[in-house]
Formats: sequence, C-alpha cells, structure tokens
Amino acid sequence: MADVAVHTDHAAPDGHAAVGHAAMHTTIPGLSNNKLGMWLFLGSDCLLFGGLISVYMLYRGRNGTGPGPDALWDIPLTSVSSFVLLMSSLTMVLAVSAAHRDEDAKAQTWLSVTALLGSTFVGAQVYEFTSFYHEGLGYTTSLFSSSFYSLTGFHGVHVTVGVIMLLTLVAMVSKNKIPGQKAEAIEMVGLYWHFVDVVWIVIFTLVYLIPT
Amino acid sequence: MAIIERPSATPATAGAGAPTFVPPSQAMGIFHRPVATTGWKSWLFTVDHKKIGIMYGVAAFAFFLVGGLEALLIRTQLAAPDNTVLSAGLYNQMFTMHGTTMIFLFVMPMISALANYFIPLQIGARDVAFPRFNALSFWCFLFGGIFLNTSWFLGGAADGGWFMYQPNASNLFSPSHGVDFWALGVQITGIASLTGAINLIVTIINMRAPGMTLWKMPMYTWMILVTQFLLVFAVPVISVALFLLTFQRSFGGQFFNVDAGADPLLWQHLFWIFGHPEVYILIMPSFGIASEIIPVFSRKPLFGYKVMALSGAVIAFVGFGVWAHHMFASGLGPVSVAVFSASTMIIAIPTGVKIINWTLTMWGGKIRYTAAMIFILGMIVQFVIGGLSGVTHAVSPSDTQQTDTYYIVAHFHYVIFGGAVFGIFAAFYFWWPKMFGRMLDERLGKWNFWLMAIGMNLTFGPMHMIGLQGQPRRMVVWPSKLTGDGLFNLGFWNRVASVGSYMIGIGVIVFLVNIYRTHRKSNTASLAPLDPWDARSLEWMTANPPKDHNFDAIPTVHELDEFFHRKYEEVDTEHGPKLVKTTTAEALLAEQEANADEHIHMPSPSYWPILLAFTLPVISYGIIFSIPLAALGGALLLVCAFGWALEPSTAPESDFDPPAEAGPSKELEHVG
Repeated sequence: MADVAVHTDHAAPDGHAAVGHAAMHTTIPGLSNNKLGMWLFLGSDCLLFGGLISVYMLYRGRNGTGPGPDALWDIPLTSVSSFVLLMSSLTMVLAVSAAHRDEDAKAQTWLSVTALLGSTFVGAQVYEFTSFYHEGLGYTTSLFSSSFYSLTGFHGVHVTVGVIMLLTLVAMVSKNKIPGQKAEAIEMVGLYWHFVDVVWIVIFTLVYLIPT
Repeated sequence: MAIIERPSATPATAGAGAPTFVPPSQAMGIFHRPVATTGWKSWLFTVDHKKIGIMYGVAAFAFFLVGGLEALLIRTQLAAPDNTVLSAGLYNQMFTMHGTTMIFLFVMPMISALANYFIPLQIGARDVAFPRFNALSFWCFLFGGIFLNTSWFLGGAADGGWFMYQPNASNLFSPSHGVDFWALGVQITGIASLTGAINLIVTIINMRAPGMTLWKMPMYTWMILVTQFLLVFAVPVISVALFLLTFQRSFGGQFFNVDAGADPLLWQHLFWIFGHPEVYILIMPSFGIASEIIPVFSRKPLFGYKVMALSGAVIAFVGFGVWAHHMFASGLGPVSVAVFSASTMIIAIPTGVKIINWTLTMWGGKIRYTAAMIFILGMIVQFVIGGLSGVTHAVSPSDTQQTDTYYIVAHFHYVIFGGAVFGIFAAFYFWWPKMFGRMLDERLGKWNFWLMAIGMNLTFGPMHMIGLQGQPRRMVVWPSKLTGDGLFNLGFWNRVASVGSYMIGIGVIVFLVNIYRTHRKSNTASLAPLDPWDARSLEWMTANPPKDHNFDAIPTVHELDEFFHRKYEEVDTEHGPKLVKTTTAEALLAEQEANADEHIHMPSPSYWPILLAFTLPVISYGIIFSIPLAALGGALLLVCAFGWALEPSTAPESDFDPPAEAGPSKELEHVG
C-alpha cells in the first residue's frame, strides 16, 4: 500500500501522454502498476507459505516426548476464529465496493469492521498459543512445535500487518489524505487481505482438520 | 509510483475533477521530499534509475574486489603442499565468504546495476515503475552486504560453505556468530532482490514505449524479464530456509536438530529449490547481453529471435525442476535420481539452441572484434565447456564420482566466471560510453580480456584433472605425499591454478587502470561519439549519458531493433536489396529534441528508502546481540513504513521545467 501514488500518467490529457495513446492500449495490459506489483508480491508470498507448510507437513508427526497435535487442537475454537477471519473477507469486499461508489463513510465502517474481525482472529490465536504453551508446547519442545509456531506465527504476523494497514486506511480516508485513486488503495489492501484469508483456509485444513 | 505526470493546478487535469482525487503534494507527510540534484544528497536520496544503477555497479564492484581477494588467499594457501597461509578455520570462512560475496554481492547486484540502468532505456521509459522501491532495493543490498562483512570483525565470518548445509552449520559445529550474520545478511539482500524483481517485471510489462509489443522487445529485456520471474519465485524459498536457520540458531527452533528427529535433507531441498534457479538468475542476463552485443558487432539481426526468447523462458521453467541434481550423493532413491537426471539433461537443449543461434548470428556477418565482442566470444566458448561438464553431472553415476571434488569447482567457475562474469565485463565495454559518455580504451580492454581468459582457463581448467584425480573441495591443504607425478601431478596443477588466479587478478587491475585512464580529465580522446558501435536498440537513442528524463520525446516503436531501422533503409540495387544508412544518431536525437514533450515530471527523491533499509541491519544486529535493539529496530521500521506511505508523492519544486514566474522556492534552497 506504500506506493499509492498518482496514476494519471497515460490518462493525462496534456503533454506527451496523449501521443500514441491508442498504441498504448495495444501493447500494455490493463492492470495498473500498483496492482500488478501487488499480484507479483502475493505470488511470491505463496512460495513463502508453501515452504513453511512443507516444513510443517514434514514434521507434524514428530512431536517426540512433547504433546502432539491430536492432544492439543481445540477444533471448535479454531473453527470459530477461522469463520471470523473468512467473514472479514466479506466485509473487505463491501469496503472496496463502497470505495468504488465513493461512499467514504461506508467504506470506513466496513474497513473498521474488517480490522475488528482480523484483530479477533489474532486475539484468538494469541489465546490458543498461550493455552498450548501451558499444556507444554513450547517453541523449542519438538520439531512439530517449532514448525507449527513458525507457520501459524508467520500467518498471524501477516494478519497483524493487514490490520495495521486497514486502520491506517481508515485514518487516511477520514482525513481525505490518500493521494491518487482512493478506491485503488483500498482494493490493494483488499487483495492482500483476501490472500491472507485464502492461505488460512489451506493452513486450517492441513494443520487442524487432517488427523495425523 | 510511476513517472509522475503531476497534474497541474487546473481541475481539468486533476482527474477531471473526480471527488476521489487529492493532489499529491497535499497528501500528508512527515518530511517534505528532498529536491537536491547535485552533491551527495542527490545520490543518497535519489530515486533515479540511472543513479541507482551506477551506485549498484560501484558497490557490487567493490564487493567483487573483496571476493577476489578472498579467492586469491584461497589459491595462495593451495599453491604449495601443506601450506600454512590460512588456518583451517580461516580457510573455511574464506571459501564461504568468497562464494557468498561473489554470488549475492557481486553477480546479482551487478545484474541489477545493468538492468536498472538499461531496462527503462531499452523499453523507452523514463524510469522504473516504483522508483522508491528501486532505491530501497539498492540500500537493502548495500546494507545487507556491509552487515554480512562486519562478521569478520565480530567473532569470525560464516564457515559452512555458501550452501550452509545443516546440521553442519548448527550452533554445535559452528559456534561463532558467523552463520547468524550470514543468514540475516543474505535475508536482507533477498529483500533487495525481491523488490527489485517485482519492480522490473512491472516496468517491463507496463511501461514499454507505444508500439513495443513483447515481440519487439530487445533480447536483453526479455532475459531480464525471465530472470526477474525466477527471482520472484525462488527468493521466498531461501527466505523460508534462512528464517528457519535464524530461528534455530537464535531462538532454539528444532528444524535441523537431528537428535530431535529432524530430516537433514530438508535444508538441502529448500536451499536448492532456490539454489538451482539461482544459477539461471546469474547466467541468463549475460545471455541477454550476448544477444545484444553479437548482432551489433556482426552487423546482422539476431538469428531466431523468438526461439531465443522462448528458449530462455524454457530454461527458466525447467530450471525449477532440476534442483535435486545437487543432491545425487545424498541417497534420494533411484526414481528421484532418474527424474532429476533426465530433467537436467533436457535443460541442455534450450541452452544449446542459444549457442547455435549466436553462432548463426555471427555466421556470414561482418564481425568487428572489439573488446566487448571478444569478451562475449570468450564467454560462449567457456560457457560451452562449463555446460558440457554440467551434462556430465546430469549423468548421476558419473556425478557420484565427481561430487565434492575440484571437478565441480571447475564446472561452476566455467559457467559463472567464464560465462556470467565475462558477459558482465562485455557489458561494461559495450555500455560504458552510454553510461559515462566516455569510451573505455580498446587496447587495454583486449589486455584485460586475454589476461582474464588465459588466467581463468589456467585456474579452472586443471581443476577438471585434479578433481577427477580425487582432490576434494573445501580442504585447507593437499599433502605432499599425494602430489603424484606425470600428467596428473596434483602439485603441478595446483600451482598452475594459483598462477592463473593471479593472472585474473592482474586482468582486473588492468580494467581498473582502464577506467582511471579513460576518465582522466586530460584524456579528450576517450570522449564517446553518440553512437560508437552503430547500435540497434533504443537505449542508444538518448544523449551520452542520458538526460535525467531519458527521452525528450518517447519514441513510438515500429520494429525490433527500432534504432537501427531508423538509421538504415532498404534500397534496391542490382545485387538485390541493400541496407543503406540514411541518417545518423545525432540527427535522430536532434529531431527528438525538436519535438520534446512539454511538462515532463520526474519522480522526486525521497529520504525513506535509505532510512527504511537502514533499520534492517539494526534489527539483525539486535537478533544476534541484544533483543531490545531488535525491538528498537522494529519500531523504527514501522515509523519508516508510515513515513514512506504518508510521504507526499511529489515535491512541487522538482519539476523538470518549473513555470518561469514560480522559480525555486526558499525550501529548495534550504533543502538542496
């Protein structure tokens, strides 16, 4: 979201931009620089999570003398927090849609709700980690614990960064200080947010639902 | 942030009065953007792709000298039996840091240097897609490299080899902080590579001049595009591996703890899933450079242009499916070995296609043996030798004999030094006049080439023999009783290799002398004409060196090799059609100047890239020495991220042609 800058280059009616405007359309695809950059970053991030998930799948059964997954998982709790995170994708869509219709107040509301849902998820994860720790699953306990905390921890950091970006957006929209296209800035954070949600679906399935 | 066509004050251009639009200079920010155009501030805070390219080049070359000195120390140690120049511990650090420096701190950033400078010029753009991220890439690379090298003074450098196999590089076997520095330093340069890759891909896809379809892009641009895709998908894998390594060494993670039941092959897989695409990341840009230089100096278009581009893409794609050929000796099992053996051999096909196409480009051409051209010819010959020994590794039974011997060292130096680095030196000679307006001396250039080429073959050629004789890699000494006699005399060939390495060193010194002599003020003979090589692509349709905004008017592209086709026209003669030069580069440039675009607004410099990059080594030192310092670094990182995001996207003062009545404001004087 850092570089939500002016994107009027080729659309500006003055200067050189008008020259060869038609030719531009034949050679340049429709995605803006920011969006294309975000898609590439997310593609790259897939490989990051791919690596972490592979490590977890390799080590999920290797809990040594420490507690194993089956003894720890609280499926109802994690299901509820997963549901909360998935619902935040819906509110994110509503925020982007409101932004496209220039309804700032609505966009702010939905962004705030998304941030709240995301924080709830992170809160549940902190609670979950704490209770696992009290049940004897430290970071250094076993191969399983190290890889579990690393994978879900990386995801939790992603969600937290997303929440910070959402709250920043709310503040920037309220001060009307987003340079360039406001809706695109919100959509960019939205892309990131949906990605983080989709990754969680994979993690929830592989880590929690498939028995060891 | 693209090239900013900053909207003027009139509402008509401000997004047609759309309610969502805020003029960029009114967005909130903590600092105003800097505007200095001269002096050190103009370099520190620049977002100009050319300045960043030059800084990348200078820094990478400095690391090349460091890595080269490390190599010379290694060869000095191995020049005589049972030598004691380096202790075993220091020797381990030396070869680890030699490999790490040459790959992560020389070849990769030097590729970034050239790509940064020439990709926007080749595609007819005025800058890259994200100029601030471009600056961030450079500063991450520089700070990461410096951070990595400070380990020499803080308890010793990493000593596990550039591949840092586990559990050999765990705290138990490598108790110094070297590996910690290595993991975090390479992580930081990884951030540089990733942001740089995203930046260049978006630039190439979105910012080509009108009319430049994918099939009209110069081959160098094609190869850089392919390389950056490799980076986008290879870098995150090494990031995971490095995170695991840091977590294991600093926070007690268990990932590679064999006592706890860890799988030692995990590291090898993660490392080589990155590591094998990495070797194509190193060589592919030099393939692109060869495809630019050979047509120019053969006076023929590139043979099989589309096949060239596609074979590059095929190499990249298949390159993701061959990593386990680095692990044939680790007991993967016959099925894996067979599959990876076959996929590795397949890569030889598109690579061979490239070699053949270069040869056919030269075939029947009017070849000019300039320094750039002979570097490329050397590169092709040496790369073929390295490629052939590479195919012998693909055959797994043969590889099992060669693993961990000098034969492997010979192979990868032929492809990386003989291939990638010779391509980079060719690019220096070819593009120097464009970057600095001066021509490097051709005579010294040829000295440079022959010293490096003969030195390189003397150094690495004999390693094939001593490797097949069984001399293992990474050993600090070879004992005199194993010297042997006759042709396979271990002692003799080790000395030859050491002599060769000094010749390479002298070759590099000749290059430095060449730079010095070229740039002496009194040397007016080195001033470059506008189009010294009678070149073909758009970067030559700019001033020497290019103006800040590259092109006075963005050219509309009609042909592959647009610049060449603007200079030459086909005329029918009695001997058939013939190309005749109808105009000069000077005339084309004058025409462009006459039709210059009005209101060219370049992106403003920024404080934030260098500040943000600086927080990363702070965090890294903190992880190694003191967690509160890491927390402080993290907090600073967050501050910088906000400063970056909230920065006004332009400074009103930095217009290319400020309105006459406005003039430079007080702020400009104050800041600049």
